[in-house]
Amino acid sequence: MQGPGVGWYLIVAALLFGTGALGIMLRRSPLIVLLSLEIMLNAANLTLIAFARQQGSLDGQIFALAVMAVAASEVAIGLGLIVAMARRGLALDVDEASALRG
Amino acid sequence: MGDVLVWIVWFVAAGACLGSGVAVVSSTNPFTSALSLIGNLASLAVLYLLLAAQFLAAAQVLVYAGAVMVMFLFVVAYLGGRADAPWAGGPPLLRAAAVVAAFALLVEVVVVLGLAWGDNLNEPAQVSESFGSPGEIGELFLTDHLLAFEITSIVLLIAAVGGVVLGTTRERRAD
Repeated sequence: MQGPGVGWYLIVAALLFGTGALGIMLRRSPLIVLLSLEIMLNAANLTLIAFARQQGSLDGQIFALAVMAVAASEVAIGLGLIVAMARRGLALDVDEASALRG
Repeated sequence: MGDVLVWIVWFVAAGACLGSGVAVVSSTNPFTSALSLIGNLASLAVLYLLLAAQFLAAAQVLVYAGAVMVMFLFVVAYLGGRADAPWAGGPPLLRAAAVVAAFALLVEVVVVLGLAWGDNLNEPAQVSESFGSPGEIGELFLTDHLLAFEITSIVLLIAAVGGVVLGTTRERRAD
């Protein structure tokens, strides 16, 4: 394998995951929270693919594809929720959506 | 391709990936945020290519940067001005705690990586030319991972139905 070793890709994935986690915790717009979630899922995907390359086994890549499918479903549901919130005239703010708080 | 050239490609892709990631999180306009995420996904596809995952790189661009982000941009356009996301966070203490938590997560991962750095982490296995090609992935999906493949289709179907159900509002009767 030419160029950087697998460890360098893992460092990029770790930084990306930290960025996404920060976005989820700091931002209050559900749209941005959803986008930050995508960043975290993609960081996990990068880790899976990096380890698939290191082990020389394709199982990690299959797992990454499954994660992609789950991420696509999650966006469909999340966007449906956001549209439903907007149609009911609720504020687009995750702190306001606290009806289920115990 | 020479070794130096791969390093340069990796460096540009990783830099673009992290930069656009920060842009996604920090932008106040969801439209800019979504466009930055497309850049993020595209540069991740380059990293996938460097890791010999050709099929996944193509799927990343088609499924994510194509389909998912178009859906996202449609919702942002539908919401219009309501989608604006000002930076007004919670109490300062919570914000500081969030930064500390994200940083702690990062330090943990980097420490674990540093501990594993010596053991053959950077000596990947020898793989054949067709590693990660659509043919090999497809063969695995239809043999070893057939159940995962079928369940994925069900998950996508349920998500599509759920998205439609959530998106349609029923008119409430007066009685």
